[in-house]
Amino acid sequence: MNDTLDAHIPAGPIAQKWERHQFESKLINPANRRKFDIIIVGSGLAGASAAATLGEQGYKVKCFCYQDSPRRAHSIAAQGGINAAKNYQNDGDSVFRLFYDTVKGGDFRSREANVYRLAQVSTAIIDQCVAQGVPFAREYGGMLSNRSFGGAQVSRTFYARGQTGQQLLLGAYQALERQIAAGTVEMFPRTEMLDLVVVDGHAKGIIVRDLITGELSAHAADTVILATGGYGNAFYLSTNAKGCNVTAAFRAHKRGAFLANPCYTQIHPTCIPVKGEYQSKLTLMSESLRNDGRVWVPKRAEDSGKDPQDIPEEARDYYLERKYPSFGNLAPRDIASRAAKEACDDGRGVGPGGRGVYLDFADAIDRLGAHKISERYGNLFDMYEEITSESAYRQPMRIYPAVHYTMGGLWVDYNLMSNLPGLHVMGEANFSDHGANRLGASALMQGLADGYFVIPNTIGNYLATQVGGKVTAASPEFARTMAEVRERTAKLLGIQGRRTVDSFHRELGLLLWDKCGMARHETGLKQALAKLPEIREQFWSDVRVPGEGAELNQSLEKAGRVADFLEFGELMCQDALDRDESCGGHFREEHQTEDGEAVRNDEDYAYVAAWEHAGVGQPAVLHKEHLEFEDVKLATRSYK
Amino acid sequence: MNIRLKVWRQKNARAAGQFVEYDAPDIPRECSFLEMLDIVNERLTEKGEEPIAFDHDCREGICGSCNLSIDGLAHGPETGITTCQLYMRSFGEGDTILIEPFRARAFPLVKDLIVDRSAFDRVIQAGGYISAHTGAAPDGNATPIGKPNADSAMEAAACIGCGACVAACPNASPMLFVGAKVSHLGLLPQGGPERTRRVLGMVRQMDAEGFGNCSNHYECEAVCPAEIPATVITRLNREFAAASFKESVA
Repeated sequence: MNDTLDAHIPAGPIAQKWERHQFESKLINPANRRKFDIIIVGSGLAGASAAATLGEQGYKVKCFCYQDSPRRAHSIAAQGGINAAKNYQNDGDSVFRLFYDTVKGGDFRSREANVYRLAQVSTAIIDQCVAQGVPFAREYGGMLSNRSFGGAQVSRTFYARGQTGQQLLLGAYQALERQIAAGTVEMFPRTEMLDLVVVDGHAKGIIVRDLITGELSAHAADTVILATGGYGNAFYLSTNAKGCNVTAAFRAHKRGAFLANPCYTQIHPTCIPVKGEYQSKLTLMSESLRNDGRVWVPKRAEDSGKDPQDIPEEARDYYLERKYPSFGNLAPRDIASRAAKEACDDGRGVGPGGRGVYLDFADAIDRLGAHKISERYGNLFDMYEEITSESAYRQPMRIYPAVHYTMGGLWVDYNLMSNLPGLHVMGEANFSDHGANRLGASALMQGLADGYFVIPNTIGNYLATQVGGKVTAASPEFARTMAEVRERTAKLLGIQGRRTVDSFHRELGLLLWDKCGMARHETGLKQALAKLPEIREQFWSDVRVPGEGAELNQSLEKAGRVADFLEFGELMCQDALDRDESCGGHFREEHQTEDGEAVRNDEDYAYVAAWEHAGVGQPAVLHKEHLEFEDVKLATRSYK
Repeated sequence: MNIRLKVWRQKNARAAGQFVEYDAPDIPRECSFLEMLDIVNERLTEKGEEPIAFDHDCREGICGSCNLSIDGLAHGPETGITTCQLYMRSFGEGDTILIEPFRARAFPLVKDLIVDRSAFDRVIQAGGYISAHTGAAPDGNATPIGKPNADSAMEAAACIGCGACVAACPNASPMLFVGAKVSHLGLLPQGGPERTRRVLGMVRQMDAEGFGNCSNHYECEAVCPAEIPATVITRLNREFAAASFKESVA
């Protein structure tokens, strides 16, 4: 315990670390690259961009995804945009400012050196995407257009209508398909990773299930890269796609990789509120809406049932503008979410169940005209109307926070390598860049930074140490791990209990949302930690998984994922209990100011909590990476 | 609400399939079509029967996974949306709803309502990209692109690759899908150098996969959830004719 994990941060001034590291990194010469096999799990922005780039460089890449095509990875659903320190608007932006905003936005719980590198490569991402044909929004003169996003006072967000994630992913997907055609990347769609194979302490392969035939197979490689996204679906209801899961990351964790900061979950402030028990997922309304929409609730609880049109201006509380006059409606996500919860807890929430606040476009429509608003947000307004059958042109939207993104993930060093040698982790699946809260339009930036520019430059540092040490799937570790996977699958199918997989998932989700959601406290977390093993035991004795293993079986797929979420949920609560401070998305009710702002404790908690697995039902073992802030002064975050 | 479903069930690609009828009582009117299927599947599971397999993922209309033909229409009776964006309020009390997979020779059936659309990936592999290897890009503003062209490229690029165009077409033609990619990349200056190669490669792959050709029924445009206009097919035909001519004289 209490050892400091070494993140292998290069020496020197922050602005020179990356260039220096690139120079000092080991290279693999082009003729030797085809001798190295690389496994990439996941085909979202990070996975697809890395697979394409490593394929272009001449490595032999195998890429796996559970969807029927790599084009469907959930990065595709990102709406708002991607940040880059281009300063095209001449409004005071710079690499340092993007770095500063991101560290501050993350509430001083991210690693400075990684964030600085992210800001540095952000500009090259935009250039790369434009070259691939990503149709970013343009001005009449033909130049790229920008919009503002939460947590920043400059316009640095590039966008493609409300479909930025889709366009960036299709760019990466097309580059990936080009490499598949060229034979450098072999693609395995509808294939799910069920375990990691460790040989002599190094990650050397994976066990996967073909989701159509149910067949298990082993794949060996010189290194394994996980780009498998976040764990937001632990909460059952989230803005994630239905298939998003923690299995790959958690299996790696059980094989020795440390999982860092699992309690950092981002609750996005602008989602469509929950309507009923049948609900299967929550839909995000892009944060960009807060550029023109004003958030309010009635000043008095007794007005909350009224038609919004009947509530006069003076009876409305534009609470974000009131509490945070300089950032107003563009306050960062964690702050905006908590403020919405506070208003609803106060009895002033609107809509069914009182869990909603208004996002009102009436002023913007008066100022700019409905046409301009439609041009900016048309598809979002349509989406809102499809779901709620209400028009946001005529009445304010109703929104409420929902689980959206997870800042925690597998621990990685500056090279994006886990403590488990040979295992690399990118994108949302790692923990490194967003601290305790992610700013809008930064997830796309990080996924593509990791895949296009970081991993292709750092992977040589590990591969160069592996020359000549080829591991094949004939090693006994592969057969052993495969047998464990087979046994687990048979066990899930054999229980034949009374409850469906979804019923367990919903129960887990409600418990986590209640005890480890937007606000947490010691008593609640302890209650959750007492309850979770009970749910897990019931699951393993009473779940019903119909069908067989040797066929397409969606119930079996879900069961495996929920089994991992059940164990993961405990780690999340353990981390939330251990971090006895409030920071970013982790709000411990015990630690707040009189007016409800989070109170950090830098003296005791300015570290990354990296957890080591110690057996199912056993408390994980804590390892710390102490965070040094040399270039941004530790300060209380203020958006007032 | 109470409804009745007639659903295509087929154990796998080799087995014979048939329609199976299910009663679906007490469905909340506010729930989505796929949430209705979730409810039906939960009930089937509790009874010890196998749930209905169907593709879905993001459930917000962008990933292109869901692909049901509902009462004979790709993605159901409403326009401009995917199956996951369809809500039960579009149906009436007591309705019988027919649910089938997207049917086309190039989309072989996998199980129940799930089909294999990997032919689309192979069509993209045949040229649906711009060859710009990572690191070789000039500044994003180096080549100005006029707003009208950028907007038209975006309109075409919005395609989600769901395959509704193929399912709706009497010839099972994917020309809306292919035309959308050819238009998106062809409208941008970056896409210029590979224009000829791209359109020839994609169209030939499309033929090799067993898809049909366009004969101007416009069913694809009517069902497209991304509302891709059929004018992309006009552009595709024009580019293909020009490319074929260039190839023949070269």
